[in-house]
This record gives sequence, C-alpha cells and structure tokens, in this order.
Amino acid sequence: MSAPFGRRACEVTANVASGGYRIFSLRDREGPAPAPGQFYMLASEDSWGEGGGRPFLPRAISVAEAAPAKDGVRLDFLVEGVGPGTDRLCALEPGERIWVTGPLGNSFSTPKQVNPDAAGAILVGGGIGIAPMAIWRRHLVERGIPLRVLLGFRNEAHSGGLNELFCAGDSLCPDVRLASEDGHAGHQGYVTDLLATMLAGDDAATAVVYSCGPPAMLEAVRALCAERGVACELAMESPMACGFGACFGCAVPKPDGGYMRLCVDGPVVRGDAVLEVAHA
Amino acid sequence: MPDFCGIELAHPVINASGTYDAIAARRVFGDALLEDFPFSAFVSKTITPEPRAGNAPRRIWETPAGMINSIGLPNKGLEEFLAEDLPQLAELPVPLIVSVMATNREEFSRLVERVGERDEVAALELNVSCPNVHSGLIVGEQPSETLALLEALRPLTPKPLIVKLTPNVAQPEAVAVAAEEGGADAVSLINTLKASAIDPATGEPAIAAGHGGLSGPAVRPIALQQLRAVRAATELPLIGMGGICTGADAAEFLSAGAALVAVGTESFRDPRAGSRIANDLETGVSELAPRLKALHLE
Repeated sequence: MSAPFGRRACEVTANVASGGYRIFSLRDREGPAPAPGQFYMLASEDSWGEGGGRPFLPRAISVAEAAPAKDGVRLDFLVEGVGPGTDRLCALEPGERIWVTGPLGNSFSTPKQVNPDAAGAILVGGGIGIAPMAIWRRHLVERGIPLRVLLGFRNEAHSGGLNELFCAGDSLCPDVRLASEDGHAGHQGYVTDLLATMLAGDDAATAVVYSCGPPAMLEAVRALCAERGVACELAMESPMACGFGACFGCAVPKPDGGYMRLCVDGPVVRGDAVLEVAHA
Repeated sequence: MPDFCGIELAHPVINASGTYDAIAARRVFGDALLEDFPFSAFVSKTITPEPRAGNAPRRIWETPAGMINSIGLPNKGLEEFLAEDLPQLAELPVPLIVSVMATNREEFSRLVERVGERDEVAALELNVSCPNVHSGLIVGEQPSETLALLEALRPLTPKPLIVKLTPNVAQPEAVAVAAEEGGADAVSLINTLKASAIDPATGEPAIAAGHGGLSGPAVRPIALQQLRAVRAATELPLIGMGGICTGADAAEFLSAGAALVAVGTESFRDPRAGSRIANDLETGVSELAPRLKALHLE
C-alpha cells in the first residue's frame, strides 16, 4: 500500500523515558498501518532547525510498534538523543505536532518467503535497533511462527525499551535473551556471541535471522550467517535526506557493483545482497 | 499562465535537476503523485552518454540550514534512459525537461540529438558543471568554453536549450552572456556551491569524495545575488533556484527577474513543497505577490 503523498502533521500523544531511550507515540489519521521494518521521515513542526540551523533534514526512524487507535493508527518510535535531530525528537511534548512522511521502504519477509524449508526465526537487535524487532516479533507471534529474540546493549545508559516493547505482563517475554557489554543484563558480551552459539546448534539451518542494530553488529551478524549458510535479512541504516528516492544519499554498495538506494530498495536487505555492512 | 520559451506552464514552480526522481516517487506514493504533481514542468536527473554508478558513500552531510552532497550523477546512461525511463516520465502530467552532460563535444552532441528528437521532451538543460576532457577546463566556468559548446549544440535541435550555471565563478554573468551568444534559450541558476565539512567523529572530510555541493536555505542570498547579476547582463529568461522553501522565498527570485523558480532540497523535507510554494504564490501569502502577479504571472 502506498504512503500518502507528501508529509502530514500528526499529533504527539505520548513521550516517555525508557532507560536511556525515549518512546514517543503519534496519532496518524491518514496513513496505512506500517509493515514491520518500514520507517518514517520525522521532523517536529516547531523548532526544527531554529537557532543553529540544525536539524535541517527530517530524520528516518523505524517504527517500533503500531496499533489501531481512535481516529487512525498509533505509531510508536524508540529514539536515543545522539545529535540535534534525535535530541529534538526526544524532547517532543504531547499535544505538539510533528511532520510525518511514510510508511516508507520495504519490510521483512516471513521465514518461508526467505526459505521454503525454514521452520522459525531468530531476531537479533542491538541498542536502538531493537525497535523494528519489536513490531516484527509481534507479527511473527500472531502468525504462530516459532522464534527466539536476542537483544544486546552496550551498557545501562545506552539501553531501554524492553519493558514497553518486549514484556508480557511483568516480565520479559520468555523467548527473549539479553546480552550487555558491561554485564548489567544477561550474558556479558556481544549479542552476536548468543547468535553464534545458537547457529552452532543442529536446527540452525532451518532458521532465518532478522537483525537491526549498529553497523558493526550487523556486519558480524551478516558474516556469521554467511559462514553458517543461514539466510538473513538486515534492517540497515544509511544517511538519508528524503526517504523517497529523491536525494540518492543513502547509497549502499551491491555485491555485483553499483549501489542500491536504501530508502526505496531497503531498508530491509538480504544478507547476500550487500557486500558488507560498512562500519568504522 | 507562465509561457517559458514557448512552453505553457500551469505555474512558475519546477524542480531542480537531480532532486526528484519521479519514477521512484511514484513507486512510493502511487498515482497520487500524478494527480497532484508538485511541479509545472519536470526536470530529469542528469543523463550521461554511458551509465554511471555514482560516488562511493558517504554522499550527504547535514549542515546549518542546508546540506552538502556529492552524489556523482548516477544514471542509466543515454540508451537505457531513452528505452526505460523516458516512456515512464512521459506519463507525468507536465512538460518534460531532460538534463544532459558529457565530457566532450561529440558526446554532448549525441546526447542533444538523441534526446532532442524525442517527442516526449519539451526542452533540454545542459549541465556544464563538468570538465571538457580535451581542455581540462570546467565548461561552465569559462565563457569561451560555454560559447563553443553552445555553437556546436545549437544547430542540433530546435527545442529550447537551457544552460545550468555554476555559482563557483567570480562572474556568472559572463558565462550567461556567452551562453546567450551561443544561442541558448534560457539560463538556470544556481547549481550547488563547492563546500566541505569535517566529521567530528573521525576528523576526516565528512563526504567520501572530500568535498561536495552546498544546497538549502543557507545558499539562498548568494543565489539571489547571482540571479540579479545575470539578470542585468542578459535578456534570456531565467530559472532561479537556491534554497527556496516558501512562497515568499520564490517571490524574491521572481521579483529579481526570474521567469520560473526551481525547488530542490526543500522537496527532500516536504515531497509536495512545489505545490505548496506554487499555491502560496497564487494565493498571495507573500507580501510581494500582488506586484509579482502584475509582473510575471499573468
């Protein structure tokens, strides 16, 4: 389903702290419900680029959850303030309005769409990249598809969203396992350590891996899956001015040469459709 | 209804080349794009003789009130453009202007002939912000190179030829005068301003190519002055652009003598910016609008 043409002003309905992150919600009266993996271009209507002239461009943010609401769809976004754009999004006040374009980009494929023999899914999220894993997890659970969720964080200050996005009742969903580099939660180390252990198991070949997170983590996931012959889909990120194919900024190298535009050819990309995930 | 080089347009707002991919936008937004097309004419991305992949990322960087880009003119090349893209662009509800660029006169001639002969094409824009491989000089930075190129291309098509000026010269009006002498029908300005930024995380240039072109409202006063200088030097119709975000911004360029205005970077922030600006002009949101109506828009 096409995104409504142009940007529209939506009302911010909530904005709460969750660990080091924030989760804000919008009421979208016009757009279709987003598919897991899709993103929106967001910019506050007021005070976007005033003063220092930044932020200037809207920010591409993956949707973390969506639900039918009175007069439209409620959209939830998980953000961490890491610059002028995300700082402004973190400061959104309920009742103020925000420019929204989307839903944009493609979405995750079901395990059977990726591999007809696939029996289940492994979701690997890192940091703020746990957001699209949340909406995808819910869709998979609703379809009765077996899954495991592996989530990793750098440390307590750079974590959040678990209670709101991955809890059933008072506790973490039973299919979720955690890793943290500082050991504050779950396995001390990388989330890809958990993935490596899981992929060493006998049934790994019948799983499809889905991942979103910082570039170094995504590259580790891609390389692990390639090594073990396991199909994977990566929700990637790239500098993006427009989100609809106009600016050609979000180029990602393809294995056969040339580039894809992540906004219209992604953001979800098969692991074997990228050369490697560029990271510093 | 503006008449631009004999082409009738519904309003004076078009897009800047390379800032709107109408084919991709139709994939994203569906046919609503056609029903409410934001521009009164559509300017294609620059087409080159052979396919180009474009530059390695990082290609864009946000700056105060603007952005730097170094995209590298990715395009399918002339033959695939004619076969695949042109029929799709012909479905747009507005006249089509095709931007072309080559690095020698023979290739430029081939582009103008092959594109110019197509009925779907209303006019051509010559992107001269590129080197002539024979002289090593950037064509659009040299009045003599620009004159020689226009003299070679002018006889090849009866369709309007628009020369896109670079702002990275001391006297853009001298290049505009050369274009006029060579037989150009119109001039568009400005292209992006040469610019760079340092990534604070690495201490290295933020753009992989080292530098790029600055666009957005940060460049608007510079663009307006260059338009005024060119306006004073030539009779040609002008397409003014550079950081136009609102009807009031567009009104500045029109009152300084532009026949049309083009919107680029603002479309990244608002995919329907062209319609919004055209509507603002028409309904007189700008204080300048009543006078502009008398000057240009009737």
